Amino acid sequence: MPKLNMVQAINLGLAQEMARDDSVIVMGEDVGVDGGVFRVTDQLIEKFGAERVLDTPLAESAILGSAIGMALAGLRPVAEMQFSGFSYLMLAQWEGHASRYRARTLGQFTVPLVVRMPFGGGVRALEHHSESREAYYAHTPGSKVLIPSGPRNARALIVAAIRDPDPVVFMEPKHSYRAFREEVPEAEEVGKIGKAQLVQEGNDLTVISWGAMMRPTRKAVAAVTEQRGAGIEVIDLLTIAPMDAGAVVASVTKTGRCVVVQEAPRSFSVASEIIALLNDEALLYLEAPVKRLTGYDVVTPYFGREKSYIPTVGRIVRGIEETLDF
Amino acid sequence: MPRKQIAQFEVPYLQILDAQGQIDPQLDPQLPTDELLRIYRWMVLARATDQRMLKLQRQGRIGTFGPSTGQEAISVAAACAMGDDDWFVGAFRELGGRLVRGEPLTSPYLFYNGYEEGNLQPESSRQRLLPINIIVASQCLHAVGIGYALKYRQERAAAVAFMGDGATSEGDFHEALNFAAVWQAPVVFISQNNQWAISMPREQQTRSQTLAQKGIAYEMPSIQIDGNDALACYVAVREALQRAYDGGGPTFIEAVTYRLMMHTTADDPGRYRTSAEEDEWWQQEPLGRLRTYLTAKKIWDDDQEEALQTEIKAEVDQAVVEFEAMGNFLPDIPFDHVYGTRHASIEQQRREFLTNLEQEAGDA
Ligand SMILES: Cc1ncc(C[n+]2csc(CCOP(=O)(O)OP(=O)(O)O)c2C)c(N)n1
Ligand SMILES: [Mg+2]
Repeated sequence: MPKLNMVQAINLGLAQEMARDDSVIVMGEDVGVDGGVFRVTDQLIEKFGAERVLDTPLAESAILGSAIGMALAGLRPVAEMQFSGFSYLMLAQWEGHASRYRARTLGQFTVPLVVRMPFGGGVRALEHHSESREAYYAHTPGSKVLIPSGPRNARALIVAAIRDPDPVVFMEPKHSYRAFREEVPEAEEVGKIGKAQLVQEGNDLTVISWGAMMRPTRKAVAAVTEQRGAGIEVIDLLTIAPMDAGAVVASVTKTGRCVVVQEAPRSFSVASEIIALLNDEALLYLEAPVKRLTGYDVVTPYFGREKSYIPTVGRIVRGIEETLDF
Repeated sequence: MPRKQIAQFEVPYLQILDAQGQIDPQLDPQLPTDELLRIYRWMVLARATDQRMLKLQRQGRIGTFGPSTGQEAISVAAACAMGDDDWFVGAFRELGGRLVRGEPLTSPYLFYNGYEEGNLQPESSRQRLLPINIIVASQCLHAVGIGYALKYRQERAAAVAFMGDGATSEGDFHEALNFAAVWQAPVVFISQNNQWAISMPREQQTRSQTLAQKGIAYEMPSIQIDGNDALACYVAVREALQRAYDGGGPTFIEAVTYRLMMHTTADDPGRYRTSAEEDEWWQQEPLGRLRTYLTAKKIWDDDQEEALQTEIKAEVDQAVVEFEAMGNFLPDIPFDHVYGTRHASIEQQRREFLTNLEQEAGDA
């Protein structure tokens, strides 16, 4: 099995789906000749031609809006937002059309499309290039929101997203793009949308995270496990919406303790939603308050100050220990 | 009734100083010597700063940035033509113009090293210089609002908005032009058509023969100029400003230039364009031709050039020293400016942040 980084793995998934289904179209700013500013669409134009790999003019609303039209007419567009920070220019098309075409036509018109977007901090990028705003999309009913955490699940999930009958926001944690490699099988692997991954089993505490935060989370869990011999269960959410409530609730009813780690600001966030879910379904099993380790409710600082704003391994270790000791 | 033409349009073009530095005597604006030398000096300073930033970036001393080498004429000449009361509403490739407007030489270093302090304007300035705007075309609308406010307050001033060629594809751009025309707002839109939007060539960005004609669609005087000719830039902007001051509404200027460097330091132009094309445009870059003109006019010579280069190098060196000596970047500044007033939950998070920071210092 080849060892790929996340960029190569998503590229593989895209290429395989394009080869399999000629209704799959890749489109966006600089996705063709340049291969995307992160090279996620590298070589696709050479392999599939300019009719299927569209270097579009610079207009995010037009990219999504025209992708919606393509999807209505039977194509399966995979549109790229160059950075999630510029995706808000398409928000009107997302909220007003992509997410609701199915519902407002009682299922007659659907828009099976994918919008890929790199997001998240930690790469010393300019303003608007480091926010984590998954909650915006997750908050909109009708949106499926996926966040892979590594090359292998990224490949499996992009395939699932392309084949899914609904519009999917596929948020790529750019900090993880080239951070590590994994074995990714050439043979088809299709992820399951709406399924979290149980990364590691344990009986004492559940840690839930997703995306780029999975790496520091797993390091922190390893450290606490080594120091204290605690049995910690780790859940990688993978699908933000619709959330795998069953997996979250089952785990926390078993362990009675839970820590959620996210890069995004705290208030009105995915972590908040998980706590609300546990309040609804697992309150009587809780032995400690559910802890949120998150970004702060401040305007995302420029990169000179970003490091201390993103949860660190040390902060996660302390959060887990406090929750264990409560 | 027979078919007939009901509207006809023309797109004027202005070049005063050609690529060889030859002036068209009929069009020579006869700018005073000190103004010509002022424009030239700022252009040289902008080039030197840009090239120094490239070096610093390669050495890891600043972060990613988009160089403006080759595009000095338009933003510098526009800023020199502007009055103190005008607003400068830039995108991210107007380094020269920003410096003319009083931005400290240390600001670009700060901004591109990840500090909001790089957006601060000196207290002494009129602060009519907005910070860098990265969201393509979004600032065009702000210029319209500013223009409206100036008109409402009956100020004899205008907003000057810059955007790229790629920016003309965004909805915000078109909405801005439309609003400005409908409101007859005093706005000068300047599109720096540098032929590329990252990897996208101008011809694929829009089928329009010129960008200038996009302004005509909204019923505003529009012109294409040689954006590497500082004199044409100066004249076109001065005319547009005059019209705006006099209640004539907005103007659209397409300044034809070229992005001689990479899109940003993270970009590799070798993937999408040839170095032959770059070499060709180097022949038309703006500094050399202005110097040729100044020399021919006998207001500039080699000794003066050498002295200027030495002086500017010292200035740039000094700014780097100053920047690198700045160390007091308080970590919790972002908590100060979430809102205009303190809020309990933000303050509580600040305390948590500072505690985390202390503990994290021990983690390493
Ligand atoms: C709304 C938005 N979309 C995408 C980007 C990413 N991006 C930054 S610059 C750029 C190209 C801009 O081209 P142009 O307007 O010609 O300006 P230039 O970079 O050539 O100065 C793109 C796509 C952005 N900053 N904002
Ligand atoms: Mg451009």
